[in-house]
Amino acid sequence: MALIEVEDVWRIYRMGDVEVPALRGVSLRIEAGEFAAVMGASGSGKSTLMSILGGLDRPTRGRYLLDGIDMAGLSRDKLAHVRNGKIGFVFQSFNLLARTSALENVELPLLYARGTSRSQRRARAREALDRVGLGDRAGHHPNQLSGGQQQRVAIARALVNRPSIVLADEPTGNLDSKVSADLMALFQSLNDTGITFVFVTHEPDIAQYAKRRIVMRDGLIQSDEASAGRVLAAAAVAGGAAP
Amino acid sequence: MSLRIALRALDRNRVRSSLTMLGVIIGVAAVIAMVAIGQGATESVKKQIASMGQNLLMVMPGSSSSGAVMFGSGTVQTLTQQDAAAIARDCPSAGAVAVIVRARAQVVYQDQNWAPATVQGCSPSFLTVRDWPVVEGANFTEADLKNAAQVCLVGQTVVDNLFQTRSPVGERVRVKGLPFRVVGVLDRKGASTFGSDQDDVLLLPWTTCKKKLQGSTFNSVDQILVNAPTASALSALENEIRATLRANHHLQRESGPEAMDDFSIRNMTELLGAMTATTTVMTSLLAAIASVSLLVGGIGIMNIMLVSVTERTREIGLRMAVGARAGDVLSQFLVESVVLSGIGGLIGIALGTGGAIAVSRFAHWPAIVSPNAIAVAVLFSGAVGVIFGFYPAWRASRLDPVDALRYE
Repeated sequence: MALIEVEDVWRIYRMGDVEVPALRGVSLRIEAGEFAAVMGASGSGKSTLMSILGGLDRPTRGRYLLDGIDMAGLSRDKLAHVRNGKIGFVFQSFNLLARTSALENVELPLLYARGTSRSQRRARAREALDRVGLGDRAGHHPNQLSGGQQQRVAIARALVNRPSIVLADEPTGNLDSKVSADLMALFQSLNDTGITFVFVTHEPDIAQYAKRRIVMRDGLIQSDEASAGRVLAAAAVAGGAAP
Repeated sequence: MSLRIALRALDRNRVRSSLTMLGVIIGVAAVIAMVAIGQGATESVKKQIASMGQNLLMVMPGSSSSGAVMFGSGTVQTLTQQDAAAIARDCPSAGAVAVIVRARAQVVYQDQNWAPATVQGCSPSFLTVRDWPVVEGANFTEADLKNAAQVCLVGQTVVDNLFQTRSPVGERVRVKGLPFRVVGVLDRKGASTFGSDQDDVLLLPWTTCKKKLQGSTFNSVDQILVNAPTASALSALENEIRATLRANHHLQRESGPEAMDDFSIRNMTELLGAMTATTTVMTSLLAAIASVSLLVGGIGIMNIMLVSVTERTREIGLRMAVGARAGDVLSQFLVESVVLSGIGGLIGIALGTGGAIAVSRFAHWPAIVSPNAIAVAVLFSGAVGVIFGFYPAWRASRLDPVDALRYE
């Protein structure tokens, strides 16, 4: 069984009397350990697809199984529970809590996981910060960190619950190319340790770091192919050349 | 956990949090101070009731009529010593009975002189009825009454004006030119309910007052005071006195058409009870007005919480994305508003209590801070937090995570 199984999913928004379909029958399978980029013009439905994959939104029709759980039929609170345990989110604008230390930002998902003690939360948040290379910045507040560092804190927050999948919505959208390449190198190395990544981007040079590229258009998947050869972001960073 | 989150969130906006709290602080402080002042007033009225003497009935001469012409109250001397004796003899509910005869006179001691507000002839039982102890010397006696002895008791104001620091007991004073011996000093009573100084008084046997000061041979009296053993016996006593006096004054039904009483009976306890009721109403009124400011404070909290929810829409979206349920978000914002109003309430209690104490110290108003008022204020401010925080918190919990995350 695949980690993600999407079958003929529709998402229709109602604007007054007009029905606007954002997704028009998308089917998709993503296996554990994949590293997929979702591309497409704005309005192609990629953000809607990510919201549904992330359990933030529910499909109007169709079936979505995450780890065998039927996500289409869950209540709001059940969805929150699944998001908490199985999904990590990374956003374009980082979405860190201001005036809150990096460590406490990373701890946030654990606050909503029942039955973790304070010391457990501390330990796991430190471990996650270490994984993104920010172990020495635990006490810093977001305004004391660079954009790349802030996004790393956000990635640590996404990893802290040991999720089945990490979803990233334009994770490099607010970062320059050097820092973006850095971050993609981090994603790649984390993917090598077995973490499944799906991210949205509209930049082809960021998408090239993925193992699989899904292109969306008008609410449908236009193309879905494995990358010919994997570009290592670490190499681009080491070469100093902006890819 | 949510308490820590709430405190942190409030700490991020210190100025706004404290201004919001100010509404509750003022509300709670106002409620506590107002109730304290109101209860102080009630308490001082109760004290005055006690100083009037317990369970007291005052019998006063009534109006007389000649043909159809009515004369005013007190125009005739209808009450006599015999009436007082009859009440003591015939009314089973009567406790002590005292008669009063009023006079005005100047008192001279050596080179000092003073005209007490009240110069009053009475029976020795007057002090019993009025619950008025003698602090120095002794009360005059029944023998003094029988002999119309020239002895007197003085109140504290008279002592202050005539004797200063000397002990007046045994001293000779002249009242209307007649020599009197001071036998005792009365305890301090303070101002009466109606504001007059009860200590500006000189008491002498009523017989002495009648015969020597007024030169009268009648035994009419200005007032008869009767006390009852309990407050519940007062109405029975009133009826007994009325029947006794009507019989004594030949006002029975047989003497033709229903004759009017030629005396009146006043229940002082009832009068003061009415005053207590008035101050109680005043207290509730003050508290009600103060509660309005608490209400306004609550609306301030609701306003700020709504702003806060809007401002932190993305934060709410993020919390939901990482697994916060609707209930988690609801409780976070509810705790925030309860903390706001709770801390405001605590400061308000301190301020209100301090204010009440300051008022009683500097303005000399009696003020009593009751634990009840504090408990009610705590409960109220907590309730304000819950009630006015609920709507904003509910709005926050109903946000759609996708929209909330996208909110600019």
